Amino acid sequence: MTLTPGADLGPSQFPITRADLVRYAGASGDFNPIHWSERVATDVGLPGVLAHGMFTMALAGRALSSWLGPDDRLVSFGVRFSKPVVVPDDDAGVALEVTGVATEGEEGRVRVDLTVTVAGEKVLGQARAEVAPGA
Amino acid sequence: MPVPPDLAGRTFAPTAPYDVSAAKIAEFSAAVGQPAGPDGQAPPTFPIVVAFGAMTDLMRDPEVGISLQNVVHADQRFEITRPVVPGDVLVAELTVDTLRQRGGADFIGTRSEVTDASGAHVCTAFATLVHRAPEPTDLP
Repeated sequence: MTLTPGADLGPSQFPITRADLVRYAGASGDFNPIHWSERVATDVGLPGVLAHGMFTMALAGRALSSWLGPDDRLVSFGVRFSKPVVVPDDDAGVALEVTGVATEGEEGRVRVDLTVTVAGEKVLGQARAEVAPGA
Repeated sequence: MPVPPDLAGRTFAPTAPYDVSAAKIAEFSAAVGQPAGPDGQAPPTFPIVVAFGAMTDLMRDPEVGISLQNVVHADQRFEITRPVVPGDVLVAELTVDTLRQRGGADFIGTRSEVTDASGAHVCTAFATLVHRAPEPTDLP
């Protein structure tokens, strides 16, 4: 199995709760308090505690990785953090949804354009990856 | 305070070598819900752990001196030569590629070259950091 142009990928859904943000902070080393302290987040003018952009990117990368064949190789992966993901202090959190479309890229690569949404609104812009397909 | 305009073009000292253990990859994998791949390969965004160290060094630099909570991560891109595996010893060397200052904000375009113990390229992490200094009236 290899990723082939024309494939519609996903959807993959991932819940994000405050506990996930704390775990990601520890694992990544990004302890910016806007990702765990409502007080600091609102003091700096944010609507609430935000998911780390890199956490939402990691979840998009998780979906992307699940779509690759065993010999496919990820060559590039980039996103813009276009809309902050506010994570409420409850047990349900928010649901991140990731879909992708594979097309022919440059130099024999496969290009994947990802759509990453929360409650129907895009939270990542220009989310795309290049994959070197395996044999 | 805005960052100094001559920051563009500056390359910072490489980060301290980072020993990548299987346990660290497992911790990151658990946090993002993606098990390690063949040969213990880390998830694709794992190199941010090392690149974030380089960005932290940039922010803490005495001539830059910006606070993390006043910084927004605007975009991120990885160009990947190979996945990170357990046993890697990685350093990141950050260069400020671009600096735009407008509307009271600094748009800092960074490029962190992540290399292994042999000096071979692992990935390049590109990030734009947007810094907004607090209004003077907000200062304590």
